[in-house]
Amino acid sequence: MNAPTVPDRKPAAPARRAGGRNLELPEHLKAYKGVWVFLEHDLGHVHSVSWELLGEARKLADKLGSDVAVAVLGGPDEPLEQFAAEAFGFGADKAYVMHDPVLLGYRNEPFTKGLTDLVNRYQPEILLLGATSMGRDLAGSVATTLATGLTADCTELNIDPASRALAATRPTFGGSLLCTIMTLAYRPQMATVRPRVMAMPQAQAGRAGEIVQETLGLVETAIVTKLLDFIADANSNRINLPYADVIVSGGKGLKNPENFRLVFELARVLGGEVGATRPCVQAGWVDAERQVGQTGKTVRPKLYIAAGISGAIQHRVGMESSDVIVAINTDANAPIFDFAHYGIVGNALQVLPALTQAFADHLALRGKAAA
Amino acid sequence: MHIVVCIKQVPDSAQIRVHPVTNTIMRQGVPAIVNPYDLFSLEEALRLKDRFGGKVTMLCMGPPQAEDALRKCISYGADDAVLVTDRAFAGADTLATSYALAAAIRQIAKEQAVDIVFTGKQTIDGDTAQVGPGIAKRMGLQLLTYVSKIVETDLDARTIIVERRAEGGVQVLKTALPCLVTMLENTNELRFATLPSMIHAAGFPVRKWNREQAGIEDVSRIGLKGSPTVVSKVFGPTPRSEKAEMLELDTSSLRDVSLNLLQKIFTRHPTLEADLLMKGTS
Repeated sequence: MNAPTVPDRKPAAPARRAGGRNLELPEHLKAYKGVWVFLEHDLGHVHSVSWELLGEARKLADKLGSDVAVAVLGGPDEPLEQFAAEAFGFGADKAYVMHDPVLLGYRNEPFTKGLTDLVNRYQPEILLLGATSMGRDLAGSVATTLATGLTADCTELNIDPASRALAATRPTFGGSLLCTIMTLAYRPQMATVRPRVMAMPQAQAGRAGEIVQETLGLVETAIVTKLLDFIADANSNRINLPYADVIVSGGKGLKNPENFRLVFELARVLGGEVGATRPCVQAGWVDAERQVGQTGKTVRPKLYIAAGISGAIQHRVGMESSDVIVAINTDANAPIFDFAHYGIVGNALQVLPALTQAFADHLALRGKAAA
Repeated sequence: MHIVVCIKQVPDSAQIRVHPVTNTIMRQGVPAIVNPYDLFSLEEALRLKDRFGGKVTMLCMGPPQAEDALRKCISYGADDAVLVTDRAFAGADTLATSYALAAAIRQIAKEQAVDIVFTGKQTIDGDTAQVGPGIAKRMGLQLLTYVSKIVETDLDARTIIVERRAEGGVQVLKTALPCLVTMLENTNELRFATLPSMIHAAGFPVRKWNREQAGIEDVSRIGLKGSPTVVSKVFGPTPRSEKAEMLELDTSSLRDVSLNLLQKIFTRHPTLEADLLMKGTS
């Protein structure tokens, strides 16, 4: 629901002139076939964004009549084959697996070489990566090395019917507008997508695929950057906004940082996370990890409660895919009411405690009834 | 120590408005600012200069008026500023931009060898985070993105140790100079510009380089020609057909409105109530 972009308007193929550029695909690049997803994993798990991308990759490949493959790189003892098997369940047909001691823990140099080599060897026409700190670091490096186009933070991926090119739609100008970008004369066509922008696909049990083992051919002594240590975040400090089921967010309408405790209290009762708008983060009211929106996190919780948030487009693009959006704002004309499901025109400082109490009472009552 | 800091002049996105009918950007009156993410890198560069001495050179690609953004950086304490400006750069995507900036950095390095290049984590108008990695790859620099802390810099051994924000934790990385660093936001606080430094900046001779002066011979690598990506369409977000169902406060008490809202939420999302109860018991 509430798709952030226009689903049905097809991007027109651009005029084949544009500044004397050749926009025809050269003959030697026509052999590039198939849709690839770079499988990102850490601490023994595949990042959910990779599965979300696989769902999109499957749709693109079906439109093109081609296959889906994943590239998964890691250390000698990491369970990459297990990740590959999971990927088959999410729609991949093939997995290129690369084990090497220098691929234990992400570093730009060996991962760039590994992925670049695989692309040059197997020539996919589309390569998708998650717009995470790893995916963005790697995508920019691989695209530059391959001298091809890369579109960041896409919100919609489609195939342009005229050129059969990837039509990648992304917000631009801070989310005020959307633009559709294509890479016509270069391959592969690369794109990154932020976590939670695409829906999680359904895994199919028993779906199988082919695993292809690959080698990197790079020794540790040839790599300049050394990974000295990895300090895992303490669980208590980890704010996993993109994957939270319930988010209560506050904006400048809360007037001061102390009032944010009302947001935290409601979030606590709901077992949810606390989000915030950019102005609140910039004012230092809450941690930057809590920022929802164009330059913060994209979220799609089941319930999103926006308190004292006007609903600027920069915030909207980060949360409008939420299942249920509740907005509380003193201004009846605030744009947030244009895309919230339920709205209360009122002072969040009064409404939040009432809502917290109502939820607490209701859940206690239902909890008892169930017990 | 010679540090190059790359910046971009961007429109203040908080003040951008889209014309409701024509879906075009209303640029009039929108102030141009230094991309806020770049300032964290500038401050880190200035701190390194404070410790080790040397020089901070600012680099920007953009229209002639981007000179203002460079002057701003001079007022904070940067020593030199180069604006790469030429009509031939127009329409550049990130691949073409990193080509041009890498060429300019090579020219700057001819005057004095460069130890560290800083860029912002990303810009607020393009948001791609691709130009930093692009410059590093083109110049063969070690790439350190999303750096939250520079732990140690050893100019004799030519090494640097940094903490880098990764998914689920922080990587401690050691690498060799020269390298390219992008700083994470809110990792430092930009110093104030003093009045004398502002006066100094106002009269500072920003160097303006055209394509040839930036050392670029191959025009097919820059601007629109050097850009593999093609913008095929720009459009406004679709307004949602349904507006919010408003719950009136004046006719009922806060408690009633809250309970009414709960019922509506749970009706609209039938599994949510069970999810919340599960959380409560776990």
